[in-house]
Amino acid sequence: MNGLKFILAGILFGVVMSKSEAISWFRIQEMFRFQSFHMYGIIGTAVVLGVLMVYAIKKYKLRDFEGNPITFTPKEMSVARYLIGGSVFGLGWALTGACPGPLFVNVGHGYWAFLLAILGALAGTFTYGVIKDRLPH
Amino acid sequence: MLEFLSQPWPWYTSGFVIALVMFVLLFFGKSFGFSSNLRIICAACGAGKKVKFFDFDWRAQTWNLLFLTGSVIGGYVASEYLSSGEAVQISQATIEDLSALGIAVPQGLQPAELFSLEAVFTLKGFLMLLLGGFAIGFGTRYAGGCTSGHAISGLSNLQLPSLIAVIGFFIGGLFTTWVILPLIF
Repeated sequence: MNGLKFILAGILFGVVMSKSEAISWFRIQEMFRFQSFHMYGIIGTAVVLGVLMVYAIKKYKLRDFEGNPITFTPKEMSVARYLIGGSVFGLGWALTGACPGPLFVNVGHGYWAFLLAILGALAGTFTYGVIKDRLPH
Repeated sequence: MLEFLSQPWPWYTSGFVIALVMFVLLFFGKSFGFSSNLRIICAACGAGKKVKFFDFDWRAQTWNLLFLTGSVIGGYVASEYLSSGEAVQISQATIEDLSALGIAVPQGLQPAELFSLEAVFTLKGFLMLLLGGFAIGFGTRYAGGCTSGHAISGLSNLQLPSLIAVIGFFIGGLFTTWVILPLIF
């Protein structure tokens, strides 16, 4: 039962990604062509609210449901890692029209083609794990 | 109510609900990052026996796999019960750009030219999905996060690394859109 809340949160995520059409290849193309405000509006709204939320959590030292402080682990500073890694991800994002979440949400819609992309994504993550020490970080 | 929910949601509703998902996960003591699941699945399949990167206590991250399971169910619920069946309303400019590439006006959520089973079993369609997926899996782990971990969670925490990663997402995305797609279509 402990896990049910995560399934419910996931369902909410799957529904919002679908109803916002953020899982659509068309919408991602429109975004990378700067031809509509739609995707920028979605991400922008989430980030603005997120900034306020994180600020409030830190300022008022809010705690989670078990009473533990909510903490944020800052990412280690680097340029190469985020710029190169991010660019490689971006290539795939525009090609498949999906980031990792939507890959799976699309399967829920019955777009079985995304299973192939998920297989590729697992192979990509595995390959990163194998050659990670030889890459600039 | 159901009819109301079945229309495409405006961007501000969607952005609000995504922030809500992030808040709910923080309240449950977790952080919102979807691509970690790819590493967790590799580890759960036993990749940790051969590769150190996957040798970690993935069972402690089971919550994220449950979240992933929920997101698949959420996709099913949306398509089965909350769909008006109407085509994605993209801008006229995008429709024209895409038709120049040979992709027809949207009939639904996804272009049949790319995601129908017929398309998957062509060499181009097969490679596009497999290599696109590969870039997603490789790139997100290299960058340490995807849209949820960097663009949403990371930017919300005003982290410079996440801003650099998001700039990277756009470098790659623009390259595919303006260079790779015209080459392969």
